[in-house]
Amino acid sequence: MSAPVQTASLTAPALPAAAAPAPAPAFERSPGYWGHVGRKLLRDPVAIGAGLVILTIVAVAILSPWITPMDPYRGSMLRRLRPIGDPTYILGSDELGRDMLSRLMVAGRLSLFMGVTPVILAFLIGSAIGIVAGYVGGWLNTILMRTIDVFFAFPSVLLAIALSGALGAGIFNAIVSLTCVFVPQIARVAESVTTQIRQRDYVDAARLSGASSFTIVRVQVLGNVLGPIFVYATSLISVSMILASGLSFLGLGVKPPEPEWGLMLNTLRTAIYVNPLVAALPGLAIFLVSISFNLFSDGLRSAMEVKE
Amino acid sequence: MSPETEPLVKVENLAVAFRGGVRAVDGVDLTVRRGEVVALIGESGSGKSVTLRAIMRLNPERTSRVEGRIRVAGQDVMALPKRALADFRGRTVAMIFQEPLLALDPVYTLGRQIAEAVRRHEGVSEAEARARALAMFERVRIPSPERRLDAYPHEMSGGMRQRAMIALALACRPQLLLADEPTTALDATVQIQILLLLRELQRELGLSAIFVTHDLGAAVEVADRIAVMYAGRIVEEGSARQVVLSPQHPYTVGLLKSRADGALAKGARLVTIPGSPPDLARRPPGCAFAPRCPLADEACRRDPPVVSPAPGHRAACWRVPGADAAEPAQRADAA
Amino acid sequence: MTPALDPRDRGGPGQPLVSVRGLVKHFPIKKGLGRARAVVQAVDGIDFDILKGETLGVVGESGCGKSTTARLLMGLIPHDRGDLLFDGEAIGGRDLPLRDFRRQAQMVFQDSYSSLNPRMTIEASISFGPRVHGTPARRAIEEARALLARVGLEPARFAGRYPHELSGGQRQRVNIARALALNPRLVVLDEAVSALDKSVEAQVLNLLLDLKEEFGLTYLFISHDLNVVRFICDRVAVMYLGRVVEIGPAEAVLGAPAHPYTAALLASMPSLDPDRRTEEPPLAGDPPNPIDPPSGCRFHPRCAWGEPVCAKEDPALADIGPHHAVACLARQPGAAHSRAPLLEREAA
Repeated sequence: MSAPVQTASLTAPALPAAAAPAPAPAFERSPGYWGHVGRKLLRDPVAIGAGLVILTIVAVAILSPWITPMDPYRGSMLRRLRPIGDPTYILGSDELGRDMLSRLMVAGRLSLFMGVTPVILAFLIGSAIGIVAGYVGGWLNTILMRTIDVFFAFPSVLLAIALSGALGAGIFNAIVSLTCVFVPQIARVAESVTTQIRQRDYVDAARLSGASSFTIVRVQVLGNVLGPIFVYATSLISVSMILASGLSFLGLGVKPPEPEWGLMLNTLRTAIYVNPLVAALPGLAIFLVSISFNLFSDGLRSAMEVKE
Repeated sequence: MSPETEPLVKVENLAVAFRGGVRAVDGVDLTVRRGEVVALIGESGSGKSVTLRAIMRLNPERTSRVEGRIRVAGQDVMALPKRALADFRGRTVAMIFQEPLLALDPVYTLGRQIAEAVRRHEGVSEAEARARALAMFERVRIPSPERRLDAYPHEMSGGMRQRAMIALALACRPQLLLADEPTTALDATVQIQILLLLRELQRELGLSAIFVTHDLGAAVEVADRIAVMYAGRIVEEGSARQVVLSPQHPYTVGLLKSRADGALAKGARLVTIPGSPPDLARRPPGCAFAPRCPLADEACRRDPPVVSPAPGHRAACWRVPGADAAEPAQRADAA
Repeated sequence: MTPALDPRDRGGPGQPLVSVRGLVKHFPIKKGLGRARAVVQAVDGIDFDILKGETLGVVGESGCGKSTTARLLMGLIPHDRGDLLFDGEAIGGRDLPLRDFRRQAQMVFQDSYSSLNPRMTIEASISFGPRVHGTPARRAIEEARALLARVGLEPARFAGRYPHELSGGQRQRVNIARALALNPRLVVLDEAVSALDKSVEAQVLNLLLDLKEEFGLTYLFISHDLNVVRFICDRVAVMYLGRVVEIGPAEAVLGAPAHPYTAALLASMPSLDPDRRTEEPPLAGDPPNPIDPPSGCRFHPRCAWGEPVCAKEDPALADIGPHHAVACLARQPGAAHSRAPLLEREAA
């Protein structure tokens, strides 16, 4: 077993001694695919910046009950619609005289929760549907994917509103309807990625080794399809945030006085001529978070395009 | 030198480096006379395609750095401004590729693509351009050419597409044809047809050509001279006969010996070149082939071998004594 | 060549390891919106045996059905008609379920990159098969490393690496190791060396010969390179448009080809002698499309010996020498082809 493979070489000398490893070599470990992705991501300033913005906003939102400068629920009829830069209210106050900064911080919790949760749920459900459809193929694929195509007939905003309207207002129902909006989109991406992977020779090689379909999907397919689906899902978070805010804006999501960016935008709409800058703040928050998620997702995508 | 005796292509000390410090081409000298076919052969990563692309300035300018001198038909290719370069490509030099489907435009008929090229370069009328396209299709022996002119690339078989690409390349009567593995993707019976077609067209039109391939057999079928590349350098160059029948460089010798020819006894093993080519980002200081070479000694590992720039049969190897001595004979041979 | 005694052997050395009889695979393709469907006759009634311990080469141009044949044999795609026997038992039948057959037959693909999972280390890829069949993880990894050493890749340097960090030749060695991990009796090599550089190809061919002797393997070697086939194969089958047109010992088929197509394939190989270049292409035109193959002998439109009878009669494989069979009317005694009787007299 120790013979080198070139059995009939040109009576060649061995490689220079420098290339030969030590007698008892330690096994080399490669950083692997995700190691490469991570390193490449760290070299992308835009992705890093976007990631830091997201982390900061998430941290602030989580810690908000302990760090808000004022009570976000207590208003004051005398101090309504203070402008930005007010000595007491740094970012002004809303139409009921509540501190905007504190409310924006607390609102981040619900807004982020309502933006991210549907995407996570849709990621789980949609991936499962898409991977099964893509791997099994044939008539099952046809049935699943044609069913999913039906959902594409409706614009996602309309679909979300219609579902929410049918289910009734409330956070839970808003999340359910948003999940329903994203499942078809993620399933379709999952299906197309899986169909591609399914045609690779290594999947055939795994079939030839006698493995069951479940084992092949678990060991050979999942690792290769979840990445691209995940990237796509992160790009949906911004859409989800905007839709969730939109539902709240329409009164189909969060109910007052609970602070949520979309709902705040709605209630401040009356003040748009009085104090436009303050009224625009929740929109700015939504914009900042969604663009950060999008930029991060773009960075992740290009980082994952390294040679596999 | 008068334009008649001046070689059509003169590449001097060409080096192409890519991002990450990979020196894909590292000091290539290449001369192609008028009416001559030179085959650049080598394995993947030897720099043969990069060299070819450099002559047409096709290497991406953002990610690569090209040094050296390239003169084609009296023009300094490295110094050509954008507009002159566009005219140079297609009119002076044309290129054919391994995969015609990627090189041809899928949304236009072949006749239209050829006619467009002719009109752009020569400003002739539409009817004239169309007539030229038809003449080219007949010349590359596409059956029922009138009908095929109106076909889209995907409607043709692989061999016909390759013929159509040759027609497109030669439509503007270039002086130099660059061919990048033009027959590699083809079936054996089609490959030989295309090789013979190229040989015939080259003779009839008096073209010069550089033919990049990894297949020694294909090179022998079309080339007057063969240059063998290894790790970004030309290690041996000479007439096809010299290189194939009396190879000098140990790499060429190894390549020829490792061919699986049927004459071997059953159960015998092939003679192989051990190891693999060097990492082009970390080239060994001496001869790049030394780590795999059966003849290498200390000097080989220390200093890169030098070759005389004179034409003839030359090999970049410290251990080949006769390479320079053989030169006068080659001159006589060429004359 | 006597194969090593294998406890799994059933029929003895005289029984072919693989018997293929009347194998047919047609792929339907949709044409437009209507119900009009065309059929690609990828494999259209082929017979051949692979003897124990031999290397059978299959050569032909693209579209001749050689890769489809390999995939049909391995059960990667279902066949329409015909019998596939492995050591006398029907593959996928009651006595030899597909899963058991696959322990004994493995395949190496042409594209060394696509056939390795980019997210798995080399040793994980090699040990996947044995682990599926119940080998404990630790032992499977140890065996994988031993196999890596056997195919010429130092385990310490390569076991923990990923496919993209290897060269094409190294990846193909890994694929060979993976195929051997289940200790198969038959290895199907589908253009396994075609994508490699010549010097690497020679190394891998030597390795294949060594492994064959060491493990008593039988190879089905699919290739378009006649030089390589002649070097490595004991017998050769030449395929054209879904049919076997000639089969026999490598020396006979490639040394003295009986079918005009085999002769044309041989004559199409570029000459390596600058003084004797090829002057005339042996065949004109491209290989025809397997969607609508010609009537009668499928080669007749391109054949130098083509006669009207060739368009009418479909020649079957007929013996013309020891173990050498050819499907050509011009070689069949008593056929209506003008050359046929002449050959008969010569033979007598």
